[in-house]
Amino acid sequence: MKKQITACGDWILDRMAMDKVWNQHMAQYYAPKNFNFWYFFGSLALLVLVNQIVTGIFLTMNYKPDAKLAFDSVEYIMRDVPWGWLIRYMHSTGASAFFLVVYLHMFRGIMYGSFKKPRELIWIFGMLIFFALMAEAFTGYLLPWGQMSYWGAQVIISLFSAIPVIGDDLSLWIRGDFVIADATLNRFFAFHVIAVPLVILLLVFLHIVALHEVGSNNPDGIEIKENKDENGIPLDGIPFHPYYSVKDIVGVGVFLFFFAAVIFYAPDMGGYFLEHDNFVPADPLKTPEHIAPVWYFTPYYAILRAVPDKFAGVIAMGAAVFVLFLLPWLDRSPVKSIRYRGGIYKKALFLFVISFLALGYLGTQPATDTAILMTRIFTVIYFAFFLLMPIYTRWEKVKPVPKRLTEQPSLEDHIPAMIDTFNEMTVRKPIKTAEGDTVVKLRPNPSGMVTVLIRFLKKLKASLD
Amino acid sequence: MKKILSIILLLLSFNIFASAGTELQEADVNVLDSDSLLRGAKHYVDYCLGCHSAKHIRYKRIAMDLGVEESKILDNIAPFEAGIYDPMLTAMNGHDAAKWFGTQPPDLSLIARSRGADWLYSYLKGFYTDDSRAIGTNNLIFEDVGMPNVLWKLQGIQKAVYKTINGREVIDKLVMETQGTLSPKEFDRFANDLTNFLVYVGEPTQLERQSMGKYVLFFLLMFIVLGYLLKREYWKDIH
Amino acid sequence: MNNEGVDTSKRQFLTSALTVVGAVGTGYLAVPFLSQMQPSSKAMAAGAPVEVDISKLESGQLLRVAWRGKPVWVLNRPPRMLKIIEGMDTFLEDPSSNESLQPESSKNAVRSIKPEIFIAVGLCTHLGCSPTFRPEVAPPDLGDDWEGGFFCPCHGSKFDLAGRVYRSVPAPTNLEIPPYRYITDTQIIIGEDTAVEENA
Repeated sequence: MKKQITACGDWILDRMAMDKVWNQHMAQYYAPKNFNFWYFFGSLALLVLVNQIVTGIFLTMNYKPDAKLAFDSVEYIMRDVPWGWLIRYMHSTGASAFFLVVYLHMFRGIMYGSFKKPRELIWIFGMLIFFALMAEAFTGYLLPWGQMSYWGAQVIISLFSAIPVIGDDLSLWIRGDFVIADATLNRFFAFHVIAVPLVILLLVFLHIVALHEVGSNNPDGIEIKENKDENGIPLDGIPFHPYYSVKDIVGVGVFLFFFAAVIFYAPDMGGYFLEHDNFVPADPLKTPEHIAPVWYFTPYYAILRAVPDKFAGVIAMGAAVFVLFLLPWLDRSPVKSIRYRGGIYKKALFLFVISFLALGYLGTQPATDTAILMTRIFTVIYFAFFLLMPIYTRWEKVKPVPKRLTEQPSLEDHIPAMIDTFNEMTVRKPIKTAEGDTVVKLRPNPSGMVTVLIRFLKKLKASLD
Repeated sequence: MKKILSIILLLLSFNIFASAGTELQEADVNVLDSDSLLRGAKHYVDYCLGCHSAKHIRYKRIAMDLGVEESKILDNIAPFEAGIYDPMLTAMNGHDAAKWFGTQPPDLSLIARSRGADWLYSYLKGFYTDDSRAIGTNNLIFEDVGMPNVLWKLQGIQKAVYKTINGREVIDKLVMETQGTLSPKEFDRFANDLTNFLVYVGEPTQLERQSMGKYVLFFLLMFIVLGYLLKREYWKDIH
Repeated sequence: MNNEGVDTSKRQFLTSALTVVGAVGTGYLAVPFLSQMQPSSKAMAAGAPVEVDISKLESGQLLRVAWRGKPVWVLNRPPRMLKIIEGMDTFLEDPSSNESLQPESSKNAVRSIKPEIFIAVGLCTHLGCSPTFRPEVAPPDLGDDWEGGFFCPCHGSKFDLAGRVYRSVPAPTNLEIPPYRYITDTQIIIGEDTAVEENA
């Protein structure tokens, strides 16, 4: 019996060398040995992609892309279909998780210079995935056919009408009707469930092929292929399988823990993952008082609102995404990783993160005068980070880069320090219960918290120099 | 640097306060309290179902979720001639409704998810007399609402007390003018039960999902521990 | 990297333990996905038991009602038909309905609770066509031996007036009898068995 199985296996391998593929991409793919937790987010993005595709397939079995039926069919899934609620929440939470993971993945790349030569193409493919993901999220958000779906799509498609000459015809062509209507819903359904996912799958494939050609970057930004042993294996490299496959499993477990916590205890995440107004069926005659996109679009939405001119606003929003494509050519620094860059880049990146988060927050808020002013300030910082990059990266002094990878404390090594910090911030107080017993209970310790906060800020300041 | 940060924080906090509206009263929602849910269901059928359907929930689901016999739901709660498999539909037709109230009374299956429990509770308690309107009442939470106060016999009639802020008259509070058949405390419970029921109707699976969550999280914790042990074992090769 | 002093048995154990836990988790995760393809509450509501009023059903008349989307026949059999049923056994594949689907209360010679009222699912047990009711005796197309019954136009299966299948026709078993019970003498509920207590 065993002999037959081996023979059968050989028959396949002779015709399709799957063992070679396995070795090339897993067992003999040498990755730098100093990946930290930031390197979990690539594999997690792949996991979320699979989650979205599987749950998406099952949702289409009961969803009806018809303006008259769509809203009710979603509630039908939530109530009448066995386990439909779980699958729907996995999909809706997965959408937010996808962006969260992808944003962190991109930030990792910016931090450690993973977009720099020779990895420009990986970055370009990654940005194309990000762009396709935005299209996927936008078309998907119309499908529940709630008030936010409807008016969000109305606002965004109207942006196209800002384009001179062809704008009005273009937005009409996208909608297939004079307003968002059944035709729009139907075509968005087609884009969301088949067209865009196929593009994303292809791009993810190219992203990984391009990555495995040049090899992974690492927190030190050192090319491990420059130091090889007599067999041609990088001295600082370890086989992806089993070392990183077992490590990624831990990352997957931790991710799923938080993912499940959201699904089971806060699936609408206080209105950020599922917006309150989207539980009202779409009504073309009544706009909700306050329209805000889902959280992952709000930084770009804020930039749109920051510009007083309609067409210029659209351009600014598009530029905010497009400028990321140019990153490999804007950065003129001779070093990759933030560890060996000068203080200016660190401060610039810090300000960029602050402004991205602030824009995200402001995009959810009503457009008051102060909010608009703040938005403009942060929009300037956002663009300055990119457009001034050729100047400040060339100008600043960088630190010497070592030849071999450095050993940094891992997440586990920080655990004792974290426990100490926790003890510093809390205090054990004897408390009298109603029955007259004394119980020692954990209570927050304000003075300890202040010390910890000050220490944290000092550390942050020091790390920015 | 520090200055910039403090200015940013100040402006952001100002923004939060600027967006706060009419203060809502807090509802005491507990979807695990099936007695409250049953009372709420009864109130809903008696006072709301005349105009507002809740088409996404069936009587059978209510019986199943609250652990009550189907016949009891049919006899005590559901309107006459409703079957156990029927969704909570209203007898009024939309065309008449639009003629009488200017708008068709909305389906309330998801009202708790779009408005929130506190809003509903405050809305139910927020009616006051307003002679400038054709229906004679207005609402503190939902200005110029088309719905009359159907609970006035129970609650009584409330009157608005005004105060002047920056030269503008605004409502300070509502006071009871004529007491209804329920005491204020009883009416609070009435409104709270109704709110509780609507929260349940908004997402019946919340009963199931929350009790299921802890098993899933416990399982994942086990998975993480095992995964970590395996990772540590393999990574002994590298350190 | 050094591979000396590796505790392979520990690795083996942890790998298998994690695989088992992972497999159990995947198994549990598969349940929601597979069971979401089961009939929904809406389908169950549409498939709820139906009430039939037979007070106006005349002798020899056949009434068709839908239950779970399937045609269900209610036939009021006069004594003449019951007499024919008695003499059919030799022509039939399964005269005592041992191989066929029916509730215990209808597992008798005439396949019904009350002899005159016959209730059956009107779908041929061969491939699911709905047979036609042919009460007339010896019509030209069915031959001289025909004493009344049901004839399936799709593949020519024949059933007698108790829904029992003839020999040498494609259908393997007798027509299915659905669960049903009498609420009153003239009110029948289809979809609930006599054994089932009310509200159980």
